[in-house]
Amino acid sequence: MDRRKFFRLLGAGGLFGLLKAKAQTLPWDEDTFAPMKTLGAPLSEYGQRSPFEEGVVRYISPNLRTRHSGADFAPLEKLEGVITPNGLHFERHHGGVPQVDPAKYRLVIHGMVERPLVFTLEDLKRFPSVTRTYFIECAGNGQNGYRNPPDPQLTATRSRGLASNASWTGVPLALLLKEAGVKPEAKWLIPEGMDAAAYTRSLPLEKAMEDVLVAYAQNGEALRPEQGYPVRLVVPGWEGSIQVKWLRRILVTDLPAMAKDETSEYTDVMADGKVWAFTWIMDPESIITYPSGLQQIKPGFHEIRGLAWSGYGRITKVEISFDEGKTWRQATLEPPVERYAFVRFKMPWHWDGKEVVLWSRAWDEKGNTQPTREEFFKKWGRNNRYHYNAIQAWRILPDGRVVNGDRPLGQQAFGPMGGCGGEVFDG
Amino acid sequence: MVKRVLVLLALLGLAVGARYNLGTPISEELVAQYDLRPAVLPDGRGLPPGEGKVEEGERIYAEKCASCHGARGEGYPFNRLVAEPFPITKDTEPAEFAIGNYWQYATTLYDYIRRAMPFGAAGTLTNEEVYHLVAFLLYMNGIIDAHEPINQKTLPQVKMPARELLELDPETKRRFPWLTLP
Repeated sequence: MDRRKFFRLLGAGGLFGLLKAKAQTLPWDEDTFAPMKTLGAPLSEYGQRSPFEEGVVRYISPNLRTRHSGADFAPLEKLEGVITPNGLHFERHHGGVPQVDPAKYRLVIHGMVERPLVFTLEDLKRFPSVTRTYFIECAGNGQNGYRNPPDPQLTATRSRGLASNASWTGVPLALLLKEAGVKPEAKWLIPEGMDAAAYTRSLPLEKAMEDVLVAYAQNGEALRPEQGYPVRLVVPGWEGSIQVKWLRRILVTDLPAMAKDETSEYTDVMADGKVWAFTWIMDPESIITYPSGLQQIKPGFHEIRGLAWSGYGRITKVEISFDEGKTWRQATLEPPVERYAFVRFKMPWHWDGKEVVLWSRAWDEKGNTQPTREEFFKKWGRNNRYHYNAIQAWRILPDGRVVNGDRPLGQQAFGPMGGCGGEVFDG
Repeated sequence: MVKRVLVLLALLGLAVGARYNLGTPISEELVAQYDLRPAVLPDGRGLPPGEGKVEEGERIYAEKCASCHGARGEGYPFNRLVAEPFPITKDTEPAEFAIGNYWQYATTLYDYIRRAMPFGAAGTLTNEEVYHLVAFLLYMNGIIDAHEPINQKTLPQVKMPARELLELDPETKRRFPWLTLP
């Protein structure tokens, strides 16, 4: 090509064509620079997350028959670290979320006490305060594990998202009880909520004197309404349903109430047909959040990430298996590792593109660990509704898709629709 | 010296029996006013005076409960209140857990209905109406006869078939050796 012909070609848009071809191979486009060209948003009084993050929401099952009594799930695989943001903490309530005016709020402690007392919110905040990070887990967490055959569409959210972790601030319940003067014959507390269900449970006095908080703050700000605004109980390590929200009254007495939610619900049908009451302590749990159900990965480097916790205290180790439990490798725990709190575990991993199943299991300071599905159902009934803590398996398919890797247990199908999270059972 | 002892005593007092003098003492009368839906304990404490009759309960049930729990307690759209077998077995599906085959204490029925039912209109039933409903539901579940009166004295005596299945979680028993189920 002669020089003149070359310049004519350029004039006819040849250079533009060349540049355009080059632009397509650039690792960015014009929009990458767009935020630098105009002023951003002004100051705002209450910060909101990026509109691009609006898809990170709690999961509400389409099977729920009402949204005024039920549970929704924290989106575990979309969160990092250990703190559950306040707007994403799982919910469970029995008569809707009441709106409580803090100026009208009262807490009464009465029954077997020297001095029945009424507290305002201001009174409660004047007591010496305690701030601790604790998980709260619904007794029904893991309910999808009761389903057989296992749900291939399961996500980490729907597997273990009825659990969340927050920094709670409040007054130790022991201080309020001392203030009222508990009589020697008292053994039980019956806390009551100010929701439409006037929800009650029975709590042994000993636990209250040990570490129960009357909490008014969650991750530094006031409790969210769905977490009991303005005041709830936080009962470290115990099932969420005993951690009464919108706390209005504590009856001090010598008998448990055997309330509806500790008899007809939150009781466990065991494999031998017996029904266990007061299954308060949450067994150890772990869940790999990355890679997890319905995600897709590429060959190469990945950091396996997950969450672990136990109602028995501190997590001592988390192990990961790549061969369905034949061998185990120890994951790294990210400090601080606190009692009754989520801990983040991690393991660097290179995926070679071959099909593989990932398992994780947590160990706690009392030596407890998680059972396999087969082991779990030797103890707990197949028609039980609560306390499922068997190992969750994730299968990575050769195309990188991640699906539920749990093994079916025989031919019998069980786990009908319903339940507090709307996922399984009719509850 | 006396001063020092006094200071020491004051410090000891703070450490041991200290009170903050926060909160306001209230009389038992005021407590009773605040206690809108008293907890009913398995021994009958918390139950009000009054008496329930099955036929009255049937009428109230049809009006205020049947739309959620079915004409005869068979359920839908919400929980079943009457179901076989009595009591449940390990093979019974949770959808079949109902009052007669799963609830372990008759007093729970009074407590729960007064506390939280009807769903969306809790607190609207009178104490007497709650007794009538308890009588009707116990009758429908084959627990009592049609003419058995249900009141403060009789309700705590009613034996529920599922009570014999109920055991304490062994870990709870280990931590709280004094604890027994009523």
